[in-house]
Amino acid sequence: MAAVLGTLSVNLLMFLRFFYPRALYEPKVKFRIGYPSDFGFGVDTKFQNQYRIWVVRNTEGVFVISAICTHLGCTPDWKASENKFKCPCHGSGYDPEGINFEGPAPRPMDRAHVELDPEGQIVVDLSHVYRWPKGEPSQFNDPGAIIRA
Amino acid sequence: MPDTNMPGTNGQNGSSTGNGSSGGNGSGRGGEGKLAAVLADAKAVQARAVEELRETVKAPEKTDVWKSILRVKHDETPRSRALGVLSNVFLHLHPAKINRDAVAYNYTWGMGGMTFYVYITLVFTGTLLMFYYHPSKVVAFRDILYLESDVPFGKLLRNMHRWGAHLMVIMVELHMFRVFLTGSYKKPREFNWVVGVLLLVLTLLLSFTGYLLPDDQLGFWAVTVGTNMARATPLLGHDGPFGPQMGMTAFNDVRFGLLGGSIVDSNALLRAYIWHCVAIPIIASLFMIVHFWRVRKDGGISGPAPMMLESEIKEPKKV
Repeated sequence: MAAVLGTLSVNLLMFLRFFYPRALYEPKVKFRIGYPSDFGFGVDTKFQNQYRIWVVRNTEGVFVISAICTHLGCTPDWKASENKFKCPCHGSGYDPEGINFEGPAPRPMDRAHVELDPEGQIVVDLSHVYRWPKGEPSQFNDPGAIIRA
Repeated sequence: MPDTNMPGTNGQNGSSTGNGSSGGNGSGRGGEGKLAAVLADAKAVQARAVEELRETVKAPEKTDVWKSILRVKHDETPRSRALGVLSNVFLHLHPAKINRDAVAYNYTWGMGGMTFYVYITLVFTGTLLMFYYHPSKVVAFRDILYLESDVPFGKLLRNMHRWGAHLMVIMVELHMFRVFLTGSYKKPREFNWVVGVLLLVLTLLLSFTGYLLPDDQLGFWAVTVGTNMARATPLLGHDGPFGPQMGMTAFNDVRFGLLGGSIVDSNALLRAYIWHCVAIPIIASLFMIVHFWRVRKDGGISGPAPMMLESEIKEPKKV
């Protein structure tokens, strides 16, 4: 009896483990996007289709917003005429720096880690993001969240 | 030596008497007489076959084939009618007899039966759609366009499947509403109510997994949103309560197991396809079998309270 139950439970664990693949074929999360001087003031959407990011320059420097709505993960649209990001799924709105101001989004959109390689190009790392959860201190001024150039 | 064996062989194996090869073997010494005997045998077999055929046509219910398929007599008696239902693999889940009041149409509205009918339609049209659909990122959406524009009756099939799916969800909910309003979840049917709730969940899962398969913007974002909710699962989701403390990340939590990746991609499409076309229909069918069987075991379709005559009412005991 114990042997049968043991075998069955090991089989169940094997069955569950089977659904967790070891190798993935997903898009790169670390890539180069060019020099800081390539990006003018405001929102640049040219990498949205390729990497699902926006590059933004404000008075402090250049940073990269991960184009994922913090509500349930859709890609918001950049509405240049209204100067805001608007999510088509449930209507969350964000200002040009990705700070939420309307709709169900619980926090501003995450920002990706950015650094300069020896050549001076911006390297984006989407596996390392900076957040500003509601009621908690912002990570947006941490080293690596923005390039002050 | 073969000559002496031949008649015996032919006598046993009637079917080979008619063909020419045995005649060829019989040529030689005494071949003429043997040929005549073989032909006579064949004639007799033919006559017997014609006689049997005639009897079969006259009374097919007396043949062994008939009796092996339909094992009971089909007289117009209550007993053989009941046996006809009980001894049939498909009908035996049904009650052999039901309460006359219970078939009053405005009591059940036949909603459970209609749900099952829609399900059968969906299985049929879905199987046909599988002949033209490849669950791969490269061609899935193209196959949908192909089905819509080129495949004979493809648009009809796809729309039957799509509208049928919506209809099944509606029917299940109306059925549940009816069961609730008539109090049919009460003793002794509590177990079947729970089975019904599981079937409702399975119906919604079928609906949800089918949503991703066209691989269009609507389905893609719906599934992105839907599976992102799984991130918030307690303990097992990487954004849920105690998830991070359990060591959950986007690459080992429950959402990862559902999608086969950290994003809705080719693995997720293939998984949705397999859950939608194989796993969930089998699980749902098993629960349906139990559901229908329990209806019968719990005393048939639930009906209005039985009428009681005044003479049947007993005086309550005085303690």
